[in-house]
Amino acid sequence: MCAAQTSTQPAVKDNYAIEARDLNVFYGNFHAVKNINLRIERQKITALIGPSGCGKSTVLRAFNRMNDLVPVARTTGQVLFHGKNIYDPDVDAVEVRRRIGMVFQKPNPFPKSIYENIAWGARINGFKGNMDLLVEESLRGAALWDEVKDKLKQSGYSLSGGQQQRLCIARAIAVKPDIILMDEPCSALDPIATLRIEELMRELVEQYTIIIVTHNMQQASRVADYTAFFMVDDARTGFLVEYGESDQIFTKPKDRRTEDYITGRFG
Amino acid sequence: MVSQQNDFLKNVTREQLRQIFIGAERWSEIDPSWPDTPILRFIPGADSGTLDFFVAQVFGDSLDDLPKADLLAILTANVSAGRLRALNAERAVVERTREEILELVITEIVRPAIVESWSLTESIFQRPAIEAEVAAIPNAVMEFRSWLTWDFITSPQSSDPATAGVFTAILGSLWVTLIAFLVSVPLGVGAATYLEEFSKGSKLDGLIETNINNLAGVPSIIYGMLGLAVFVRFFGQITSGIAFGMADPSTANGRTILSAGLTLGLLILPLVIINAREAIRAVPKALREGAYGLGATKWQTVWSHVLPYALPGILTGVILSVSRAFGETAPLIVVGVSTFIVVNPDSPFAKFTTLPVQIYQWTSRPQEEFQRLAAAGILVLLVLLLAVNATAIFLRNRFSRRY
Repeated sequence: MCAAQTSTQPAVKDNYAIEARDLNVFYGNFHAVKNINLRIERQKITALIGPSGCGKSTVLRAFNRMNDLVPVARTTGQVLFHGKNIYDPDVDAVEVRRRIGMVFQKPNPFPKSIYENIAWGARINGFKGNMDLLVEESLRGAALWDEVKDKLKQSGYSLSGGQQQRLCIARAIAVKPDIILMDEPCSALDPIATLRIEELMRELVEQYTIIIVTHNMQQASRVADYTAFFMVDDARTGFLVEYGESDQIFTKPKDRRTEDYITGRFG
Repeated sequence: MVSQQNDFLKNVTREQLRQIFIGAERWSEIDPSWPDTPILRFIPGADSGTLDFFVAQVFGDSLDDLPKADLLAILTANVSAGRLRALNAERAVVERTREEILELVITEIVRPAIVESWSLTESIFQRPAIEAEVAAIPNAVMEFRSWLTWDFITSPQSSDPATAGVFTAILGSLWVTLIAFLVSVPLGVGAATYLEEFSKGSKLDGLIETNINNLAGVPSIIYGMLGLAVFVRFFGQITSGIAFGMADPSTANGRTILSAGLTLGLLILPLVIINAREAIRAVPKALREGAYGLGATKWQTVWSHVLPYALPGILTGVILSVSRAFGETAPLIVVGVSTFIVVNPDSPFAKFTTLPVQIYQWTSRPQEEFQRLAAAGILVLLVLLLAVNATAIFLRNRFSRRY
């Protein structure tokens, strides 16, 4: 286990988007994840995989301080973003979340019009430019524009599940974040909608760093440039087993446990 | 009909007769040759039909068709000075409308009296007996009437059941409920938002929470005592309007609409808070996370997403609470509602009565007619409550359809 913690850094230069150092998250007395060290590459897709309850979502949420919203959650260690620990007392969690956007497991558009869904985030972040243009740009960026351009005033709820999820992605990119976190974004979608989101992720990665949590190993191998494999110990505490380029993780895993998992021997 | 002592009255013209009955105080004012003594008038009873005949002869018209000036003259000339002062104290007689003065002439001078009344079932099943009884009373007219009429709704309170109405009470109820609404809704929704979204779970917050839950079960009369001690007595200068120079000169104490509204506002505040908290708690976590994920502050999230989403639920609680305030009686009696009042309330600093208090007061009177009025009042109260609720439910459904 100790080996897992120290030997999992891929050989990278300084070109990382965000880095976790000795990250531990507790929910009350429960130690959810321990000693995570993870460097996320800029403008790449990094997938976090592992069995249920291994803490991959917790790690993802630690990257933009979403765990702060859970009253009993406590985080130790560092998450470095542009060289600054986002858990420092002088850092505003709201500002962190503006720079590091998030897309959730279940599509959660606001109960407002499609237009308003995108404009709201920009407006609260002080956007002063041409809102119509921004809405169009964001919807085009999320490959949704052609489908909704004639019904921008309709409720976001009127869209299909896949469209709603792309709306949530459009909403996230409208505030122009550096990193987009995606927490199992396709788990509530059918295969065709999933494929569209995956294509979209490949387009978005030209501009954004994407971290995705997924249960689906095929998805991770299809879209992710890097993959981190998490496991859970006897105390149900999650830890990082192996981290590297997806090709290597899925074809020649260094760790026996990774191999067991990806070949379907457990999990 | 002339008293035999007034032997000077021989060839009185119709114009002189008119003056005798309206305006002139002394005989000499009409004709200098007549003695300088006060005119004593004896008005014929209305039941006999003589008054109508008399009016028709002297004024060439029936009472109903007389202009305001003549009615006013008849009234001032024929009621006692003390009664006139009392009427003027309520509201200057000259300022009242023609219809109101006509009503006063009928109630003060003609004085029709209800000798007996029967219920609907008695009217239907014992009709011969009733007719026989009516025939035995001299000058009696039998009238089949509904107590719930448009006049009943638009007339002020009166000591005469035939003309009494609930308009003043309806206005009082609406005023008081409006103030209770304005007090409890912003305060209650604000408190619920704080407790659900911003509270850090401190000891003080826990104490507040326990108190709110307990206050929801406190008997309403206790709130009445609180209102009496705090709003009527302690803040009397404010609730009476003296502090703003807007006091009602006939009361100038704290027993006003404002005190009652504040008391009822306090009474329903725990209900509003508890219901609003439930509604806020039911807002899906995903919605909040979506907003936080975009870099929204807590306040932006609450204001733009949580409260709009919770609004239909909050409104449901408000509807229930306001209906409760509308029908509440006991605390108002303690706070000092007026039991008999004919002046419509026109400001928060006015005396008032409310519909439930009016009904309560009518049911406690011995005359059967007032109990019939109470029944009619209850129907009005029910219809108003249904109307208020229907409006609120309509509004709520409109809000929830937006999503």
